[in-house]
Amino acid sequence: MAEGKVLLEIVTPQGLVFSEEVDEVTAAGSEGEFGVLPGHVPFVTTLKIGMLTCKKGNESKYFFVNWGYAEVGAEKVMILADSAERSEDIDLDRATAAKKRAEERLKQAENVDFARAESALERAVTRSQVVEIRRVK
Amino acid sequence: MATLRDIKRRIKAVESTSKITKAMKMVSAAKFRKAQQRMLEMRPYAERMNGILSSLASGAEGETHPLLMVRPRRNIEVLVLTSDRGLCGAFNTNIMKAATRHIDELRREGYEVTIDVVGRKARDYYKRRAIEMRKAWTGIAGKISYANAQEIAAEIIENYTNETTDEVVLIFNEFKSAIAQQVVISRILPLAPIQAAEETLPIYNFIYEPSKQEIFSRLVPKNVEIQIFRALLESQASEEAARMAAMENATRAANDMIGSLTLQFNKARQASITKELMDIVGGVEAMKG
Repeated sequence: MAEGKVLLEIVTPQGLVFSEEVDEVTAAGSEGEFGVLPGHVPFVTTLKIGMLTCKKGNESKYFFVNWGYAEVGAEKVMILADSAERSEDIDLDRATAAKKRAEERLKQAENVDFARAESALERAVTRSQVVEIRRVK
Repeated sequence: MATLRDIKRRIKAVESTSKITKAMKMVSAAKFRKAQQRMLEMRPYAERMNGILSSLASGAEGETHPLLMVRPRRNIEVLVLTSDRGLCGAFNTNIMKAATRHIDELRREGYEVTIDVVGRKARDYYKRRAIEMRKAWTGIAGKISYANAQEIAAEIIENYTNETTDEVVLIFNEFKSAIAQQVVISRILPLAPIQAAEETLPIYNFIYEPSKQEIFSRLVPKNVEIQIFRALLESQASEEAARMAAMENATRAANDMIGSLTLQFNKARQASITKELMDIVGGVEAMKG
C-alpha cells in the first residue's frame, strides 16, 4: 500500500465497479456528506442516493451510488451499494426520461406509491447531476 | 420392410432434429457463460457483506434483530426454484422430486407448510396436482435482476416478521460444475447466528452513523436478499448447464440414429438392386430355354 493513499472499493451485486488507490474520497452518507483522507478513523455508515467523488492527483472521478453502506478504515474505503455507476457510464437520456416519468407520477394524487416515485425521482436527478458535474469540471 | 422413400424421409426428419438440438446447445452454452459470469461478479459483494456483518457482530453486545429470532417451528414456508422452460433434462424433475419429498416429510411431522414457487415449471406442477401455492413468480428466469431478489425477499421477510411463517426453506439446484448440479435444501430464515470475525486483529472503535443498531437492522434483510439472489443465479447457471448437457445428448442420439438409418437405407438399396439383377438373369435364362 502506497503511503498516503486510500484504497477505494465500490462493490455491487452486479460486480466490482471500482477498485483503486486514491487520495481523497467524498460520499453522501445518510447523516450528511463526508470526506475521507488517509488515516481516517474507523467509521461505518449507511449511504443514501448520491454522488461519490474520488480524487487522485489532479484527476477527479465521479460515481452515482444508489443506497448502500460504507466501511471506512485508515487506508481503505469500502462501498457496498445496491447499484453504482461511473459518471461516464450513466445514460443521461434514460435518466431524463425517468425523471419525467417520476414527476408525472407524483402529480397524480391517487394510486401512487409516493415513496417509490420519490426515490425514482431522486435517482434520476442525482444521475443527471453526476453527469453534469463531470461536464463542468 | 420400409421402402427406400420412407427411410429417406426419416433420415431427413432426424437430421433436422439434430440441427435444432445442436443450435439449442450452442445457445444455452452462450447463456450459461453469461450466467456463470454473473455468479462470479456477485461473489465479491457477498463476501464483503459477510465481512461487514461479522465485524459488526464481533464488536457487538449481542445485537438482535427480528430476522435472527428463532421461534418454535410451526409454519414453514418452502420456496422452490425451477426454470420457466423445459428441454433441460432432469433439472426440474429433480427439484420437484426433492421438494415433494421434503414437503411430505414436513407435513407428516405435523408442520404447516406454505409453498412459494419461482418458475413456470413448478407452478404448472402444483397447479396440475391442485396443490395450493401462496405465490408464484414466473418469467424472471433468463433475465434475473437484483430487483427480482428484492421483491421475493420483501415478501418473505414480511411474512417472517409478522409471524405468519416461522421458518423459510429454499430448494434449488446448486451449481457444481458444467456437468453437475445438485439439489440443495437450505434454510434462509431464521438466519444462522452471525459468526464474529475470527481475526480480531485491529480492534477498531468504529464510529457508527446513524447508529449501530440501525446499520445492523438494514444489513440483515439485505443479507436475505443476497442469499435469494445467489440462489436465483445458481439455479439459472444450473439450468443452462443442464440444458447444454441434454441437448448434447440429444444431438448425439440423433446422429446415432442417422447412422443406423443410413445403414438400413443402403441395405435396402442393395437388396433392391440384387432383386432386379435376379429378375434380369432369370429372364435371360428363360429365353435361352
